[in-house]
Parts: sequence; structure tokens; C-alpha cells
Amino acid sequence: MKNNKRVFFLVPYLLWIVLFVILPLLLIGWYSITDTNGHFTLENYQRFFGSGTFLRMSLNSLWYAFLITLFTLVISYPAAYLLTKMKHQQFWLLLIILPTWINLLLKAYAFIGILGTHGMVNQFLQLFGLGPVNMLFTNFAFILVAVYIEIPFMILPIYNAIADINPAVIQASEDLGASKWQTFRYVLWPLSWPGVESGIQAIFIPSLSLFMLTRLIGGNRVITLGTAIEEYFMTTMNWNMGATIGVILIVMMIVVMLITGQRKKGRTRK
Amino acid sequence: MKQRHLGARLYLIVLLLVLYLPIFYLIYFSFSSGQNMNHFQHFTWEHYQTLFNDSRLLAIMLQTLLLALLSGLIATTVGTFGAIAIEAARSKREKSSLLALNNVLMVSPDVIIGASFLIFFTALGLSLNFGSVLLSHVAFSIPIVVLMVLPRIKEMDATLIDAAKDLGASSYQVFSQVLIPAIMPGILAGFFMALTYSLDDFAVTFFVTGNGFTTLSVEIYSRARQGIDLEVNALSAIIFLVVLIGVLIYYFLSVRSSRTKHNRRIGVKL
Repeated sequence: MKNNKRVFFLVPYLLWIVLFVILPLLLIGWYSITDTNGHFTLENYQRFFGSGTFLRMSLNSLWYAFLITLFTLVISYPAAYLLTKMKHQQFWLLLIILPTWINLLLKAYAFIGILGTHGMVNQFLQLFGLGPVNMLFTNFAFILVAVYIEIPFMILPIYNAIADINPAVIQASEDLGASKWQTFRYVLWPLSWPGVESGIQAIFIPSLSLFMLTRLIGGNRVITLGTAIEEYFMTTMNWNMGATIGVILIVMMIVVMLITGQRKKGRTRK
Repeated sequence: MKQRHLGARLYLIVLLLVLYLPIFYLIYFSFSSGQNMNHFQHFTWEHYQTLFNDSRLLAIMLQTLLLALLSGLIATTVGTFGAIAIEAARSKREKSSLLALNNVLMVSPDVIIGASFLIFFTALGLSLNFGSVLLSHVAFSIPIVVLMVLPRIKEMDATLIDAAKDLGASSYQVFSQVLIPAIMPGILAGFFMALTYSLDDFAVTFFVTGNGFTTLSVEIYSRARQGIDLEVNALSAIIFLVVLIGVLIYYFLSVRSSRTKHNRRIGVKL
């Protein structure tokens, strides 16, 4: 392709990169190291690392994101595996993807009814004489709904990875006398790891920012960094502090990605 | 063996029931004459009547669709150009750095994208309305379009371009009659993903929208924060119906095309 032709294709795309990728990141970094008058200050970072609240919140965010990812994985892996054994796989897959097309907010809204004091779950519990349990506006409710929302996004990549495995490999492992557990541990799991990894990446990072869920069903308390950012930007209007938390979230995100990326490198070296 | 299949099917069916439960719960109560989602009172169409007389909500639905179509079109254009430019990159380093920048918005949490775009628009002095939301949706949809189009360009037989040139095609003819038709499936997939991203988005829109403009997600959020409103239930029933019809049409089309796949594939490959 001649040079001037390439420039014609490149210019709008580069414009997008500069305006909407690089500049916003620079701006959020700039806001985090200035005060409301635009003067340089490190006060925001001192506030973040000086107070237990923010540090506890960071740990909380990571912990919740970890739990959400773990529960989603535990539920989704068997489902993805079983799907590859089914007839009419395309139809089953379609059934699993369909709920992701319903707006996330609507699904969260449904749980307000389901988990409420007089909602379905409590009516069910009362059949066994268990008193109404307050589930709405708890951390449990937040994790439950987040797992519910993320399940299809974990099933799909794992399903694709398992479907790509040559069945002969599994048969070979069984023929050579491996137990079911050994076949899973040493054959199926490592071969399906790329799918698991992309599932984890698709869930761990977004679950750091599910502020609407913590608002609607987590009880309006600021328990994760995502909620804190929303609070500082939309309610208290302290954008500089919000930007600082944003920078910290970005750093955490990069660390998480480096960890998962590194493990992949280590594996291929073996 | 038979037993194992039964267990497998049971696990998947229970999982599907759980996935659909909240949606059916919403739809069930959309026919209840009460004001809450605890006990079904009498059957009524009342909430649907309110919904269809709610001109504000209907306008928001139209706005949301318009926004998705418009941002999808723009993002598909810029993204396709970007993919062409990336593939034509002179050095491997240039290509990989362009791809890395492309993926920044793919992996960023929504709150970060929303907050940094909010700072960006304010810094530019842009007012927060349809324009700012449109720009944001275009911005976060471009990377997925690039990722959908890129493999198609890679797969394409480069001799096609040479052949067209040898046969005397102008560079515009090569672009519009050879390159674009060859990568059309990728472009369509990218457009489709861009539509999904736009329709699904809540967090970014929530940050960058002002008083004058709102999308369906943001509207549902603000209604859900005020508590149960069975008009929202009626709305979700309608949305579910539309999605269901769309998915069924897609399924039967893809089943039919997979039957004639053999002929089709040859046609596409040529």
C-alpha cells in the first residue's frame, strides 16, 4: 500500500487514539496530582495511603473481585465442560447467551424483588419455618448478583477452549490408566487454561467497577473502589480525589494483568 | 453412561433456570395489579398501558436505539480504517504498539473510562448532552471493531489486491470492490458488537451525560433507585420479547445457512 493511502486510513484512527485513549489517561493522572485550583499537590495520595478507610476499601475491592471470579469459575467450568458433551450445542449456547442481552440494570432490579424481606427467597425460606432473613443491601447480595451476571461471560471462553481440545488426547490419557482426577488435573485443565484465563480477565477487572450493583443491592454503602470513584465524581464533586482513586485502580489492574500474563510465559517455557 | 448424561443435563437445566429466573420473575409481576413484587394480585394489562402512554420513556427508547445505530456506524468506519492501517504497518513494533493502544479501552474498567471522559469533555469545554454520549460510545466501540475486522484482513489473500491492480482497477476500486467485500463479514460482526456495547452500556453514559439526554440504562437505574415500579417490569417483558424474537430469527437463519454452508463457503472464499 502506498504511503499516502495508508495515511488516509491511519489519520482518523490515530486521532481516536490520541483523543480518547492517551489524553483521558493523562488528564486523569494530572487531576490526581492537583488540587481543586489546579496547583500541584500530593495531598490526595497522602490521604489515600494515610487513612485506613481507603486501604481497607482497596483490599475489599480485590477480595470481592476475587470471590466473584472464583464462584463464577466454580459454577461455569463444569457447565462449559458438560456443554461440550451435549447434542445441539449451538442451541444450548444460545440459551446461555440470551440473558446477557437483557440489560444489566433490569436484572439487578429483579433481584431487589427476589431478595426483599417479603420477596421470593424469603417466602421460600418461610416454608421451612425460617424467619425472614434480610438479604437485600448486604455484601452477600452484591456478590450473588455479580456472579449471576458474570456466569455467561465465563462459560463462553471456557467452552471454546474445551471444544478445541482434541478428544483423542483425553482418550489417550484414559487409555494410559489415568484416573478421572488425573485426566482433569494434568490434561483437561492445562489445555483449557487459555479459556479460563480470558474468562478471569473478562470478569475480575470489570467487577472492580460494578458501582451500580453496590448502589442498588449492596446497600448504597461505598465498599469498592468503583463506588468510591462514582461517589467522588458524581456526588461530592471532588474530581481530584476521584482521579487519584482511579489511578490506583489502573495500577491495580496493570498488576493483575502482569501476574496473569507472567504465568502464561512461565507455562510455555516449561 | 446414560446416568452421567442425565446428571449433566440436570446441571445445565438448573443453571439455565437460575439464569432465567430473575427475567421471568420480572415478567410475571408485570401482569400483577399490585405495587410490589411480593404477591401476585390480579391479572392486569395496566402497567403495559402506562408504559405505552409514557411518551418520555418511549422517547428515551428511541434515543437509545438512535444512539446505538449512529455510534455503531461511526465506530465501524473508524475501526475498519484502523484495522486496515494496522495491518499495513511497516514494522512489527509499530503494529504491536498500535494494537496495545487499541486494547487500552478494552481492558479499562467502565468507571475509569467514564471518569476520564468526563474530565476530558469538561477540559475541552464541551457540554454534556447527546454529543458527549455519542462521542464516548464511538470511542469505546472502536477497539472491538478493530479486533473483529483485523483477522479478516489477515486471512485475505493478498494476491487478490495485486490481481485487481494488474487488471487496471483504480485504488478506490480496489478498496470498494475488492478489499471491503472480502472483509465484510468482519465489518458486520464489528458493527453488531458495537451495537451491543452501546445498548448495554450504563457506567460510561452515567458519567458523561447531562440533564438533557438519557439512555434506557440510566433511566432504569434512576427508577430502580426509587424502588419498585411495575412499569419497569412491563418494559423488561417487552425487551425480553424483542431479544427473543431477534435471537430466534438469528438461530433459524444460521441453522439454514449451515445446511447450505458448503456452497456458501466456496462463494465467500472466492
